[in-house]
Amino acid sequence: MKNPLDSLWGTVISGVVLTAVLYGVVKLMIGT
Amino acid sequence: MTMEFIQQGLGRWLHIGAGVMWVGLLYYFNFVNAAAAKAATADVTAAGISKHVMPRALLFFRWAALVTWLAGASLLGRHFLDAFLFRERAYVAIGIGAWLGTIMLINVWGVIWPNQKKILGMKPATDEEKAKARRVAFLTSRANVALSLPMLFFMSASGGLFRTPML
Repeated sequence: MKNPLDSLWGTVISGVVLTAVLYGVVKLMIGT
Repeated sequence: MTMEFIQQGLGRWLHIGAGVMWVGLLYYFNFVNAAAAKAATADVTAAGISKHVMPRALLFFRWAALVTWLAGASLLGRHFLDAFLFRERAYVAIGIGAWLGTIMLINVWGVIWPNQKKILGMKPATDEEKAKARRVAFLTSRANVALSLPMLFFMSASGGLFRTPML
């Protein structure tokens, strides 16, 4: 499997996905 | 009032200014320099970039990273542990941003810079070690680009999006 960090688009998409996941985590943590 | 001005006024100014330089250079390395260095290597003009551009860019990059973190820590002040340990709801979002920024800082000083010293010939290394250092520095830099997206989101959204009436 190719490392997504080898391409710029893969890097940006990884960052966006991580943002979405962490957004959900923070919402759960603060209970809103 | 004076301390508040220094911490919240000048401190925030410094945090954002140094952060712009840090992340700006990070994006320059990844969005501009990586492809430019590859093309320059192909037509044998890469020596100038390695000798004149990278050492200067890395100097501002790593010190801007440290100044950004220190100014950020100063901004958190007595709420530093509230943020890093997620002790208060109001500091959860900024805590996530602070952790991401801290991981990025560790990547800069603990991984990228030591490997760049080998790549640029500031530290003795065999060709094999240089090739490995190039790959490690590249992937760590790319990881920092990915981490910068949620870091910037939580830094900028912590005071607005996640603010609730009871905080």
